[in-house]
Amino acid sequence: MTATDITSDSNLPSMRPRGSDAGFSHRSRARALRNVLARVVMWTAFAIAMVPLAWILWSVVTKGGQMLLDSHWWTNSQRGITNRVVGGGAVHAIQGTLIEALVTALMAVPVGVMTAIYLVEYGRGRLAKAVSFTVDILTGIPSIVAALFIYAVWVTVFGFQRVAFAVCLALVLLMIPVVVRSTEEMLKLVPNELREAAYALGVPKWRTIVRVVVPTAFSGIITGILLGLARVMGETAPLLILGPYTKNIATNLFGGLMPTLPTMINQDRTEVLQPAVDRVWGAAMTLILMILVLNIAGRLISRLGAPKT
Amino acid sequence: MPTSTGVSSVDELPGPSEHGPLQGDRAPTGQLGDRLFGGTARGAGLLVIVMVTLIAVFLLSQALPALAKDKVNFLTSTEWNVNGTPMQFGIANLLWVTVLSSAIAMLIAVPLGVGVALFITQYAPHWLSRPAATLVDLLAAVPSIVYGLWGLQVLGTHMNGIQSVLIRLFGWIPLFKDARIGAASTILTVGLVLSIMVLPIVSALSREVFAQTPTSHTDAALALGATRWEMIRTAVLPFGKPGVISASMLGLGRALGETVAVTVILSALAGSTPWSWSMFNGGETFASKIANNAAEFDSPSKAGAFMAAGLVLFLLTFVVNAIARVVIERRKAFIE
Repeated sequence: MTATDITSDSNLPSMRPRGSDAGFSHRSRARALRNVLARVVMWTAFAIAMVPLAWILWSVVTKGGQMLLDSHWWTNSQRGITNRVVGGGAVHAIQGTLIEALVTALMAVPVGVMTAIYLVEYGRGRLAKAVSFTVDILTGIPSIVAALFIYAVWVTVFGFQRVAFAVCLALVLLMIPVVVRSTEEMLKLVPNELREAAYALGVPKWRTIVRVVVPTAFSGIITGILLGLARVMGETAPLLILGPYTKNIATNLFGGLMPTLPTMINQDRTEVLQPAVDRVWGAAMTLILMILVLNIAGRLISRLGAPKT
Repeated sequence: MPTSTGVSSVDELPGPSEHGPLQGDRAPTGQLGDRLFGGTARGAGLLVIVMVTLIAVFLLSQALPALAKDKVNFLTSTEWNVNGTPMQFGIANLLWVTVLSSAIAMLIAVPLGVGVALFITQYAPHWLSRPAATLVDLLAAVPSIVYGLWGLQVLGTHMNGIQSVLIRLFGWIPLFKDARIGAASTILTVGLVLSIMVLPIVSALSREVFAQTPTSHTDAALALGATRWEMIRTAVLPFGKPGVISASMLGLGRALGETVAVTVILSALAGSTPWSWSMFNGGETFASKIANNAAEFDSPSKAGAFMAAGLVLFLLTFVVNAIARVVIERRKAFIE
């Protein structure tokens, strides 16, 4: 169905849909021109949108790409490396980012998935509306506000030190809404016939959810979790407030400092000496790669295992 | 489809809701397992409500004592001095920089995002539309610190030309006055970078709404002899307008709260710098003010001043998101 060929004899009663006061006039040349113009504008919009993406990826790859080819990058930390010296790696930061992401997921996924189950399978009425509304608020909360809140609780009220676990708590707040929304979507896609079949066989509701509904939507739920992880890994604001950087390998969530890729970038971002600048872009490249892998994995899983409706 | 922006309209929109669980299956069986499992699910939902409430309560309880000690008007003062006694801090500067940078971002991102969404849903050849959507979504996967780094060190080096042209043409307007700040670190650069960050949010949600335009509407327009563009103008855009509004609001919420990219790019000004309306000025947004001074949270009253700024930011994003929600709810009611 192509809309480009215009029927010039459109002497039909002028159609006046909502939002239009003009109807379709007879001046077909002007209309055709406008039509072509709109097509050009849309293609241009897409082309413009692709410019920053290509530009950013190009900058990161050309400036940071060769750091990743050095095997030391994946095995060494920055211990004892100064900004004048070439060398050292990012393994301390990669490790820190992965640990924090994992711990965050361990806390956020159960809450997020159960909230989604509540909203889809149980929730009716005012409580469900309230939950849905607060999830929306949580989606919109700036990461710095989440970090401030955890700071207020963790440091000001309880008097604890700034540690990696506090960062995880702030990240949990940011990950929950992503998990809830994506899980919710997937649960809604599960055909109701499956639930009814289970009920008809006398299976109680909770076993229906655990054994029928969730497994059917499983790949979609995993996708949501991976996308949530991708978001959390790139977050920097909570780290600035709650998770100071260190050049050493650190694995203790409750004591000392824990380096991560975003803070590694942040630490040296004002450097002008080439070795340090290279490492900043190398860390940026590593971070983008990790997030890309999660994104692609998430999309692949969702494409391969989407529930058949 | 889950989107990498974390934003979705599926539950707000009248999708194929016939496939959702029926109302009738609410009847509890009274089994222990059912009560436990249902209770846990309910508990998780309640936990989310509790968390959001706690955020508001804690920020408020920390901010109020500091606000009580504040010797200048919190809303209208441009001063920020939390080290002296008495403390003097006001948010006028922060509010202006936050609003201006977000406004620039929205001015660029909304038309562009709608254009991209129309391209993907209406114009792209079949083989291209899905990869195109994925590519635009990838913009949301770039971490904000990388946006900051790129904005300052790559995009920023090209801003000089644009800035001097704008100053030569419009320099007589206060908004375009030269503020003698490095062209890489201005509010304008921040606005541009924010527009790129917001673009995937606006386009992802608009795309979903445009794709749901009833075929009967589009077919009717085409059957009446509309061109492709006229069909879009009379069927797709009116149908998608509330979706576009709420997509823009969600994007705006993101732009207002963005921290790290702004912190990296924008040059913070010395306290004595006179007020300027210029978009070529430096300054600090709510978020970057807090991030820049994270090391200063050593005393509760100082931290309280920043909590107060955080609270205003929280309220701003809350209002913006609530508007988005209301718009989409009303549309839902209208369509059903």
